[in-house]
Amino acid sequence: MFTPHSDYDVEVMLKSIGIEKLEDLFKEIPERFRFPGLNLPPRMTEMEASDELESIAASNGTTKDMLSFLGAGAYDHYIPAAVDMLLRRGEFYTAYTPYQPEISQGTLQAIFEYQSLICTLTGMDVSNASHYDGATAAAEAVILAWHHFRGKRGKVLVSRAVNPQYRQVIRTYMQATDNLTIAGDDAETGLDPNLDKFIAQIDNNTALVLVQYPDFFGRIVDYRPLIEAAHAQGALVAVAVNPTALGILTPPGEIGADIVVGEGQPLGIPLSFGGPYLGLFAVKEPLLRKIAGRIVGETVDVEGQLAYVLTLTAREQHIRRDKATSNICSNQGLMTLASAIYLTLLGKEGFRKLSNLCYQKAHYAAGEVSEVPGFSLAFPDQPFYHEFVVRAEQPVDEVLEHLRGHDILGGYDLGEDYPELKGCLLMAVTEKINKADINYLKGALSEVDHD
Amino acid sequence: MTEPTVFQLSSPGRHGFDVPASDVPDFTLPESFVRQDLPLPEMSELDVVRHFTHLSQKNYAIDLGFYPLGSCTMKYNPKINEVTSRLPGFANTHPLQPLDTVQGNLYLMYTLQEWLKEISGFAGVTLMPAAGAHGELTGMLIIQKYHKDRGDLKRKRILIPDSAHGTNPASSAMIGMEIVPLSSDARGNVDLEALKALCDENLAGLMLTNPNTLGLFDEHVEQVIQLVHAAGGLVYGDGANLNALLGIVRPGDLGFDVMHFNLHKTFSTPHGGGGPGSGPVAVCQKLVDFLPDPVISVVEAGTEEVAPLYGYAHPAKSIGRVKTYHGHFGMLVRAFTYIAMHGTDGLRDIAEKAVLNANYMMHRLKSTYTLPYNRTCMHEFVLEGVWKDLPGIHALDIAKRLMDYKFHPPTNYFPLIVHEALMIEPTETESLDTLDAFCDALLKIAEEARTQPELLHDAPHNTPVRRCDELKAAKDLVLCCYPLEELQK
Repeated sequence: MFTPHSDYDVEVMLKSIGIEKLEDLFKEIPERFRFPGLNLPPRMTEMEASDELESIAASNGTTKDMLSFLGAGAYDHYIPAAVDMLLRRGEFYTAYTPYQPEISQGTLQAIFEYQSLICTLTGMDVSNASHYDGATAAAEAVILAWHHFRGKRGKVLVSRAVNPQYRQVIRTYMQATDNLTIAGDDAETGLDPNLDKFIAQIDNNTALVLVQYPDFFGRIVDYRPLIEAAHAQGALVAVAVNPTALGILTPPGEIGADIVVGEGQPLGIPLSFGGPYLGLFAVKEPLLRKIAGRIVGETVDVEGQLAYVLTLTAREQHIRRDKATSNICSNQGLMTLASAIYLTLLGKEGFRKLSNLCYQKAHYAAGEVSEVPGFSLAFPDQPFYHEFVVRAEQPVDEVLEHLRGHDILGGYDLGEDYPELKGCLLMAVTEKINKADINYLKGALSEVDHD
Repeated sequence: MTEPTVFQLSSPGRHGFDVPASDVPDFTLPESFVRQDLPLPEMSELDVVRHFTHLSQKNYAIDLGFYPLGSCTMKYNPKINEVTSRLPGFANTHPLQPLDTVQGNLYLMYTLQEWLKEISGFAGVTLMPAAGAHGELTGMLIIQKYHKDRGDLKRKRILIPDSAHGTNPASSAMIGMEIVPLSSDARGNVDLEALKALCDENLAGLMLTNPNTLGLFDEHVEQVIQLVHAAGGLVYGDGANLNALLGIVRPGDLGFDVMHFNLHKTFSTPHGGGGPGSGPVAVCQKLVDFLPDPVISVVEAGTEEVAPLYGYAHPAKSIGRVKTYHGHFGMLVRAFTYIAMHGTDGLRDIAEKAVLNANYMMHRLKSTYTLPYNRTCMHEFVLEGVWKDLPGIHALDIAKRLMDYKFHPPTNYFPLIVHEALMIEPTETESLDTLDAFCDALLKIAEEARTQPELLHDAPHNTPVRRCDELKAAKDLVLCCYPLEELQK
């Protein structure tokens, strides 16, 4: 379809090579398996493929057709038009990794600016050029800590209020690391925002403590005592963030975090059924040489002109092979660009306002929902950001089903991940939800028992 | 010309986006959590658009010209992919929506799994891995867990040919395997004698890129796989070079046990300046139960009138989840679109033309540049970027000089087993005219190397910046718009 060869071209080329037919190029392939004749549907023209894909897409229900309170790690924010228009420039999206700096300054400077924006937002010193997503960034933080103590500290504490999928990915990544225990997220330690039980598990065998801010339930917890306790034992602390919240919340860098990870999707990246997203990863200066992944640095060219290059590459797999800090060989290039454009467009005032708007609307929504008989907030006294847990007297699946009848995606059922929160629903509110939407939700919830 | 950074372009009081006013009563964030300072840039929308447009103009890209990076498969990225992947019905779906609201997404993913199985000859596929290296990690975890599940605990050794990508040893090392490099024979194949010596009860597996990074199809591939299997090991296929094999041969038929795809190479999803990629993993029947959790499956069979219900299945002995949600869905839509537009014949045409293009170029260049392995190549070939009688000229000089001719250089200094390697992969989407123009440039540069070597040493001449001081970058670290010394104060 996209091969430009005319019959004449093919003839000229075969002749030049000195063979008669295309098949002659494949004589080294074992004959009994050569040219298997795949069983695929007949090829479509662009017009047919376009129709087919439109029809597949149209069979989904979307967050545009329905009023969505789904969050749980991926958030429905408005994306300014300029973000995607710029991403569509072929010079950005059809370029490869910027290994040749002379002809990749656009990508390199954009990543440098991304690193700077992420450092500004998180209050950290150094950001890499990103990991795949929030979960894999969290797993890389665990690996960093493991290597930091050269495997001599055998415990990593992960709060139970960290996104369950992050915790699963960490366990997948670390399953083969003998002598490492991942603890702290058991039911016994629990979900109490008073972290005493969790802090009590930090000892001098602890390599890393991982918490989420705001946590998976949207709660804002003061981690200063925890960070002090961890540092007193010599352990590192990683904080998984929702970047939108950092528009108004004290950044983790200011309260002593050693590592910040997070899901960058809220920064101008569409929901797109879960990906591609953006794994944020930033550290304080002492850990800078232990980061995995690409990093862009400033330098000069032979004429003394300012230039950007990939740097500290001696950590990476294409140089160090089995001694590399990680096997990662890409970054979320285009997604870092999206977030850099997004943060720059919103800017100093806009990002703060946007962040605050989510806070305001979520608080209004939480108040309204908890006024409906049969519904209450599961953590009524805990400060929260733009997501909150609602306990329902009716079974959650029935509540969600009822709301679906009103074209509402009511939120995330927490029962499966958290048996202790059976009957609870995690609801997120962004700037896209307005007061009338919240009142409509309240009305719909009020009718739940009438079904 | 230097483009200022967004922080330098910032001016107090400007803004590029109008945030709606609040329509709800005011709530106050407890004071102890309130952020004091957020020094993000302040720019107008036009200034932001101009800045990033200026940056884009400092890039080379497939849309601008020939990009023959070996092992990267920089083929044309069809524009329709960018339209279909952004359809509102896809872009505005949340990954945790109820099943019945995302049947379109799940149908697409299920179908893509089936197509990838058919193309590769394997029994099961996961679409979850985010990139090739992530697929390798997934595949190696599967191999490790397979042995463990059988109680075969001492199998830790992974053999990796010396021509392999750096990710292969890095992925295996990440999960604690013991890496043993495997030498190549004089024809660029796996050295069978060396392999035999390493096939024993400690062998966990072999990671094999076939065609390998020399662009050569291993002439003993079946024997290699048999040897590993006979010793109780599994064979991992690095699918980096699958473009050469579409419709030509299926790795599963050859006996590979696991393989990752690079949708961003073989199936035309754009490289995006370094990502996002997408690295689905295929496995043979006995490994299906170890795939990451979940995989997409039919949870309720359909009838003639009713479509099946697609949903999530949980493999019994799964290695677990390797990322959040379901993989890089946007990339999956692009790959689906691409395969739908090719079908059986179209896919074979891709491989045939990719291999034709590479062999044509190799024949045009091999009398001027040393070709260390003189065999029919597959989709790429490797030359030496150096001449014995010109000790001052290196592959790097040739690479940089190509930029003056408006071409992206080939991959250089890789694979490591070729001295001063220039690794050239034209892909199938390039025309004879483009191939000729590039070969002409390389032949001209070979001439210049003798007559005007300074042209090579000083190259490139007309790029946005010239050769960069990489040592300085690593020594005087500036990784952020403010220098580190300032931080340390």
